[in-house]
Amino acid sequence: MGIRFILMVNKQGQTRLAQYYEWLTLEERRALEGEIVRKCLARNEQQCSFVEHRNYKIVYRRYASLFFLVGVDNDENELAILEFIHLLVETMDRHFGNVCELDIMFHLEKAHFMLEEMVMNGSIVETSKANILSPIQLMDKAS
Amino acid sequence: MGSQGGFYQSKEFLDLVKSIGEARSKAEEDRIVLNEIETLKRRISEPDIPKRKMKEYIIRLVYIEMLGHDASFGYIHAVKMTHDDSLLVKRTGYLAVTLFLNEDHDLIILIVNTIQKDLKSDNYLVVCAALNAVCKLINEETIPAVLPQVMELLAHPKEAVRKKAIMALHRFYQKSPSSVSHLVSNFRKRLCDNDPGVMGATLCPLFELIARDVNSYKDLVISFVSILKQVAERRLSKAYDCHQMPAPFIQIKLLKILALLGSGDKQASENMYTVVGDIFRKCDSSSNIGNAVLYECICCVSSIYPNPKLLESAADVISRFLKSDSHNLKYMGIDALGRLIKISPEIAEQHQLAVIDCLEDPDDTLKRKTFELLYKMTKSTNVEVIVDRMIDYMISISDNHYKTEIASRCVELAEQFAPSNQWFIQTMNRVFEHAGDLVNIKVAHSLMRLIAEGFGEDDDNADSKLRSSAVESYLRILGEPKLPSVFLQVICWVLGEYGTADGMFSASDITGKLCDVAEAYSNDETVKAYATTALMKIYAFEIAARRKVDMLPECQSLMEELLASHSTDLQQRAYELQAVIGLDAHAVECIMPSDASCEDIEVDRDLSFLNDYIQEAIEKGAQPYIPESERSGMLNISNFRNQDHHEASSHGLRFEAYELPKPAVQSRIPQALIASTEIVPVPEPMYPRESYQTTMPSIPSDAGSAELKLRLEGVQKKWGRPTYTPATSTSNSTSQKTVNGTSQGDGASTVSSMCETYDSRKPQVEVSHEKQKLAASLFGGSSKTEKRPATGHKAAKASSHMVEKSHVPKSSMEVASDKATSAQQPPDLLDLGEPTATSTALQLDPFKQLEGLLDTTEVASAVNGAPAASISPDIMALYVDTAAGIHNKNDADLLSGLSNPSVTNMPGTTAMPQVTQSSSKRPNPKDSLEKDALVRQMGVNPSSQNPNLFKDLLG
Repeated sequence: MGIRFILMVNKQGQTRLAQYYEWLTLEERRALEGEIVRKCLARNEQQCSFVEHRNYKIVYRRYASLFFLVGVDNDENELAILEFIHLLVETMDRHFGNVCELDIMFHLEKAHFMLEEMVMNGSIVETSKANILSPIQLMDKAS
Repeated sequence: MGSQGGFYQSKEFLDLVKSIGEARSKAEEDRIVLNEIETLKRRISEPDIPKRKMKEYIIRLVYIEMLGHDASFGYIHAVKMTHDDSLLVKRTGYLAVTLFLNEDHDLIILIVNTIQKDLKSDNYLVVCAALNAVCKLINEETIPAVLPQVMELLAHPKEAVRKKAIMALHRFYQKSPSSVSHLVSNFRKRLCDNDPGVMGATLCPLFELIARDVNSYKDLVISFVSILKQVAERRLSKAYDCHQMPAPFIQIKLLKILALLGSGDKQASENMYTVVGDIFRKCDSSSNIGNAVLYECICCVSSIYPNPKLLESAADVISRFLKSDSHNLKYMGIDALGRLIKISPEIAEQHQLAVIDCLEDPDDTLKRKTFELLYKMTKSTNVEVIVDRMIDYMISISDNHYKTEIASRCVELAEQFAPSNQWFIQTMNRVFEHAGDLVNIKVAHSLMRLIAEGFGEDDDNADSKLRSSAVESYLRILGEPKLPSVFLQVICWVLGEYGTADGMFSASDITGKLCDVAEAYSNDETVKAYATTALMKIYAFEIAARRKVDMLPECQSLMEELLASHSTDLQQRAYELQAVIGLDAHAVECIMPSDASCEDIEVDRDLSFLNDYIQEAIEKGAQPYIPESERSGMLNISNFRNQDHHEASSHGLRFEAYELPKPAVQSRIPQALIASTEIVPVPEPMYPRESYQTTMPSIPSDAGSAELKLRLEGVQKKWGRPTYTPATSTSNSTSQKTVNGTSQGDGASTVSSMCETYDSRKPQVEVSHEKQKLAASLFGGSSKTEKRPATGHKAAKASSHMVEKSHVPKSSMEVASDKATSAQQPPDLLDLGEPTATSTALQLDPFKQLEGLLDTTEVASAVNGAPAASISPDIMALYVDTAAGIHNKNDADLLSGLSNPSVTNMPGTTAMPQVTQSSSKRPNPKDSLEKDALVRQMGVNPSSQNPNLFKDLLG
């Protein structure tokens, strides 16, 4: 499966985007987000960007006020996931220009569209920024 | 792209987002969302809502669910939106549906039709949107509805469609392998797709297929190797590059696949050596992604058939990781080390100081990873130090999930490598005391058995010493509040069995303690039952020793309470106790022999001791016994009566289930042979999982005293080397143990001939030899430990060829000094100053920092009057000037790792999308100002509560 979920959470622990690749009920999501966000926010910057949680790992990275958390299976390459997060941010940055938390909030669906291009069935399937953004740009033009 | 507000978002939506963004607490956020739910419920079902508006409503629904509230009232509208003609609206509809519904939701059936239609669309973007939905919404039953179309799309002219079609097929395979088993050859075909994106995506399903069945894909080794070679040689489009690494994600996936294919296959592995070696050489170790690929290479190298040169490269990389300042790299290094020591144990030795460093690190993640490594390299020489540390750590954490894991690891290691029984008991006591309720009950049983079995037949003195020390320690531990139930059971059992054995403590001491336990844990019936039976034993031993039995008053009141207990089990135990106390010394000796928990019970199946009685009865004119099989229509009362009488003659207990133990004992005889003395007393009838196997529903009844009854089933040779493990024991730990056990036996002689199959025995062999050196020096001092088989170590005796395993008896003093040295070592490492070299390399150029500083301040001052704080440092700054340093973001560590490569990359303009991007974005500060201004117009004040909201993510 690889990636189980991708979360964007701000410093205050508020969810800004959530995408799950395995089905969880609303309550489970709520509980999980609360638990792992607390765990990750409590860590300092010198510590690893990885946290083990139950039977999987969370790879996280902070950009300004926003934390990107990716839940992965245990055999996933953590450094590659860190790079994936960075790629996602770079992609958003290319699209929005100086992307910030508000961009994601105001264009939640676009952030999701990008993720849909990058990750399917919990696997990373596209890493070329041009390929990720082209459907979104075409849609923007069309509408 | 304008970002704020957008040009077609309503004021209402902006206000909602704004208020959510500004919410200061979860409660406030909840209030906003609940309000929103009310509004939407009203509005969303109004007639003739324009599409745009509807799309916005749906996104508001997404917000509601994302923030943890139920938005099911609007699901149907999201479903309806998937019918829309406008691509953007349609795709938003699909997105919402995939976020809201799981594949088994009732509404899915309404979408299947739409998906079918969209899959046929002329617009490939519509097709893509539908394929996205297919991946998330189609379940086993609906696969046939879309399968033909998905298959057609595999040959679509657009690569984006082919890619998604492959992933849809992958999804079907995950959901229901049988429904697409005839189609998996398509994955092979798509591997040769012209488009690297499609090829890269195809690796995902192929990886899964290969993981399930390696042998069917051996023919692809050559293809994968040649693809990897081409990727490494930069034959793919630059679009896939990442920090100058050519298509790293594809490389990683390929390396994972090769690791599977080359595992235990020399021939396949030989094809891979060259390309993996090339990657080792070419990888840029200064970038994060370069290290990711290097790490994957190590994983691959440690999985395929070993190659000395590659192992060397891997070891080099590991040592660089471990010496790095970055915790992330250390973590990867520790993980990689754990993989490599299986094949190449000598490398661990060089890194002992780094390992200890990581162990002492306050970072929990790193610590755990290091414990995992230690767990892999534990052996009899270092087990004391390692388990000791593990327990200390276990005590310090509160996360039950991990606590359980580490407790079971401690138990496992202690069972396998314990240098002495004394140590084992002490260790188990600590584990039980701090994580008792998390440990498997079997561990408690094996501890009891160990104390009962002691060191062996030949050394009774040592046995009784062991028991006395156990009794003593338990009496002390009982003073602690709130002990775990499992531990109390062990304590009660041991006190009952051996509390008065050495004469140190009087019966009233022990019974008093037992009564205290029963009283203090009066809610725990199991503990009470154990305590009662222990009391019975103490009194029985007293009677047997012809001493006068005085029941303590508290004991009497306890009995009174139990005689009227609601629990039939407790009640029965109390009655039994009463009955036993009333018997004479000889009878008591027979039914309650001292220290006999390990003796086999001989079951006289013919009941020959009744012969006289029967004879007498027949002479008096009674009917002779007719076996059940020969009987017809007759009540088998006589059968019962026989038993009845027998029971009455001994101690008047229940009668009916008397016959049952026989088959049980019979069936276990073979086991008893295998693990001769492995008899665990069954002190408790109350564990269904323990007794269900035995076909004896009424254990308590048959022998009057549970202690007398022996159980052979479910008994693992916990102590010492594992021998025979019944099916009931958890399969995981069992297999693990057996593996280790065997590897121990194999000795180090097979080292060089071993191959690195997943059959991890042999690799472990090497480890055990090499590790001895490591651990000795690793944990200081006594490196040249004399190897002598532990005397009287029962397990060691059990299999003489395993004596190989050396036990290093260490006095506690030695252990302490060991610890002291190990604690001192980290500073040594610092003294060496090795890491400084790397750290300086990673440090930011101060001039660059200064430039960056100037840059930003200039910008800030150029901007008229805007508060500098609200200007978001833009991405440019980061890439050009390593702004990370300037702003001293807390995550400097991370960012510096990131930005450095960019800095180094600057001169070489290849593959630097950022550069071009940045030049096109020259007026960036202006952008962010505009953004800021726009936000202000909308009434969001950046200087208010949440200023960070407005900072660029990359700033």
